[in-house]
Formats: sequence, C-alpha cells, structure tokens
Amino acid sequence: MKAILFAVLAVPLALLGFDIWREFATPGSGLGPDPNDELVRRLGEWGLRMLLLTLAVSPASRMFGKPRLVRFRRMIGLWAFAYLALHFSVYLVVLAGAELAAIAGDIVDRPYITVGFLALAMLAPLAITSTRGWQRRLGRRWRTLHRLVYPAAVAAWVHLLWLSKGDFLEPVVYGLVLALLFAERIVATIRRAKARAGKPAGAVRA
Amino acid sequence: MLIKPPTDIKPSEITPEQVYRSRRKFMRESLAATAAAAASLEAVALPQRWLAERSVRPGQPIGEELTSEADAASYNNFYEFGSDKDDPARYAHEMIVAPWSVQVAGEVRKPGRIGLEDVLAGIDLEERIYRLRCVEAWSMVIPWIGFPVKKVLDKFEPTGNAKFVEFKTLHRPAEMRGQRSYFASIDWPYVEGLRLDEANHPLAIFAVGMYGKLLPNQNGAPFRLVVPWKYGFKSIKSIVEIRLTEQPPRNTWNILQPREYGFYANVNPDVDHPRWSQATERRFPTSLFNPNRIATRMFNGYDEVAGLYAGMDLRRYY
Repeated sequence: MKAILFAVLAVPLALLGFDIWREFATPGSGLGPDPNDELVRRLGEWGLRMLLLTLAVSPASRMFGKPRLVRFRRMIGLWAFAYLALHFSVYLVVLAGAELAAIAGDIVDRPYITVGFLALAMLAPLAITSTRGWQRRLGRRWRTLHRLVYPAAVAAWVHLLWLSKGDFLEPVVYGLVLALLFAERIVATIRRAKARAGKPAGAVRA
Repeated sequence: MLIKPPTDIKPSEITPEQVYRSRRKFMRESLAATAAAAASLEAVALPQRWLAERSVRPGQPIGEELTSEADAASYNNFYEFGSDKDDPARYAHEMIVAPWSVQVAGEVRKPGRIGLEDVLAGIDLEERIYRLRCVEAWSMVIPWIGFPVKKVLDKFEPTGNAKFVEFKTLHRPAEMRGQRSYFASIDWPYVEGLRLDEANHPLAIFAVGMYGKLLPNQNGAPFRLVVPWKYGFKSIKSIVEIRLTEQPPRNTWNILQPREYGFYANVNPDVDHPRWSQATERRFPTSLFNPNRIATRMFNGYDEVAGLYAGMDLRRYY
C-alpha cells in the first residue's frame, strides 16, 4: 500500500522529468518558451498541493473513521518537502543565477520570496525529525515541533498569493482548501474538549 | 428661362425603358451585394491586403538576436484571455477583430468612430525591430510592422488643450474569457495612457503586424501600441478607443497597485518593482538551465527619449 502511494506521489516528478527530457530534445516542446520559470512554478505548485494533502490526512481519518490513514502522513509530508526543496533549489541555480548576493538580496527584499523561504525553513526541521528515532528522542516535544506545519502552510499560501497578479483564482482555491482543513481541526478540537468535559455525547460523533 | 427639349437627339440614341430599368436593377443589386461583401468579407480580407499590397519598409537590424515568432506568439500577457502566459495563445482566437473601428474622442477637432481601414488610409507601413521589456523582468526582440502614433493622432487634429492620450482595449466578455473571470482584479476595460509628447515621439508606434504578418490576436490584433522604452504593460493591445485629454489618465495597473506600477513605467534598472529586481532581465530565447540573463538598460536602451524626462526625478515618477 505504501509502495503504491509512493509511486503515485512520484508521478508529477516523473512527468516533469519527462518534460525536461523533451525540453532538451526539442527546446520549447516540454516546458514552453520560458522553461526555467515553468519548472520552478510547477515544482512549487506540486509542493503546495502535497503540503495540503499532508494536512488533509488527519481530517480524512476522522471523517472516515479510519485512524490508520495517519501512517501515510509522513510519506506525503516528505514528498511535499522534496518538491518544495527542489522548487527552491531550481530557483537558486537557475533564476537567481546561483549568485549569493542576488539570492540574499531577494530573500531579504522581496516579501514573497522571504515568506516562501520561511515556509521551507519551517518545514526543514520537520523533515529531519520525521524518523522514528527522532520521534522517540523528542517525546512530547515532537508533537509541538511538528505543529510548525501550520504556519509553514500559511506562509506557502501567502507566497503564492503575493506572486499572483491580475487574477486570483489559484490563491483563492488553495486558500479555501487550507481554510477548510483548519476549520475541521478547530471543530474537532472543540468536540474533543466538550467530550472530555463530560458533556452528553449526543452531539459528538467520534 | 425656358428649357426646350433638345431636338438633336435621335430616337435610336434613347435607351429603351426596359433596358435602363434592368440596368438600374442590376446596379442596385450589385451595389447591395458589394456593400454586403464590404461589411463582412472585405472587412476580413482587407487587413490581409494591407500587407500583401502595401510595401513595408524593412526595419534596421539592431544587432541583437530576434526572439522566435513562436515564443512571441505563445508567451503573452493579455489578461483579457486569462492570467497564464499560454492562455492568450489558447483563447484569443475567440475575439473577432474584423471589422474593427476606433472611437476617437476628447480634445480633438475631428472626433468620431472610425473604421480601422480609414485610420490606416494614406499611412506607410514600416518594420521596427524593437526590444520589448516586460515589467516581470523578461524581454524579447520583435520585428513589428506599424507606423508612428503621431501620424494617426495628427489626422484627428488634437486641440491646444490636449496634453495626454488615453487608450482603451476592447471590452467584450463574450469573446474574452478573462473578462468573465470572477477572480480578476482588473476593472475592465484595460486602460493605458501617455503624455502627448511621449505619444508623438518617433519611437512610439501603432503596430498592425509582426514577423512580416498581421498581428496574431494574442499579440493585440488588429491594432496595438508599442512604446519600446516603457514596460510592456504600457503597450496596450486591441485598441478601440483613443481619447485626448487635458488631465493625466489613470492606467489599469496603476489603479490596481499604485506602488508597483506607475504612470510613466519607463524601463529603469535602478528602480525595483517592490516584488522583484529590475536590474536584469531574461531575454528570449531562453533555454532550460540557461535563462539568458542580461543587464537591463535605462529606457530599455533607447537613450534618445531621455529628453522627454529632463529634470524629472524618475525614482518618484516611476
């Protein structure tokens, strides 16, 4: 089951690899007239989608009453990080021309790059501490640390919002998804608190 | 004075009634047919003829590689058709560009609605090979076919009060799907403007073609502005209205984000866009892992326009 999921999550990357190969074979065919921008954009989009998918795991497990879904969360999260790390690396090498001064200037001066960089910086420790070993070592603090995924997701969304212009359909759609995922958590937390307070469980559905 | 019937006309010279009636009928019918053709067929065929029948003075090469026609016609910002770069090439064919007329209004002695063919009457076409620098930090080199803006404006005889020119793009949601989007922040129609002396500068042209052909719809057919020393968004596409004004017009992007887009929008490597640097640009053709990054030049390299802005603080008037 995990192997299948792994393969599915790798599909966008494989398709991108195929387009890169086509692009090298016939320039303009795989990634269009502005292949570098297109590559960075697609990696970023897939990173954001997988980040949202990661955040959808626990709501889905609650909604469908399948707590075992949570065991897939780490893999999805790590794929999200992989796409976003590639997104940033390609930006570094290609768009910023690997000039450290230009990159540092961009990160400090350009709010949308600052906030995108922050998102990745928040996700990096989560990727590193995603192993069982780290989970054991950090104990209760692991959960607290991994709540960083929420501000990271918001930062990633703000990054998209700030680089949009003219038409806001994309950030609106991603924003709605993110808002729904957050809303479900708030509702679930309130229900849990109520259940714990010993209120009649009639309105509570697991 | 008494008019006598002429006596020197022989009956044989008089056209029989039957014949002249049928001739009138023939003329009436053929005229009607021609008029119908003029309204539909001819209006479509006419633009093709401008290029086929007129000689186009070839442009001066500028010593820089031309961007490929495929890139120039498939990587476009034309939000009327969507915000992705490939949306215009995909959807702009839905726009009907013939027949086309332009409303001329404001501070002119000869206002009115004018067919594009009349706008172009008596104007020689020439090729102009120009750099096009987008505010998004990419650039192209495009061989336009057009003519100086001044030649058209002079036809309408601007009055002494005219200080600015305002241009409007077609607003036709039925044919422009970007205008139907609920998430577009643009208040259609797209509006742009120039100071009259900028518009009258010999470098400022109206284009009707590129790469030796008529403009593709996604590039602003049938009739667009090209102001090569300014960021691309100033070069408004598919123009349906030209208004001469005394007061400065507000341009669409300036209304949306005044901090990011000014009225002047002269290409200037020293004034950054708040969200990105303007010091360099990606010049098409670019290839994967080689963005072909080059330094951006003041006024996009068109130093001859500097006189228009003598004494102005271009950091303030960006």
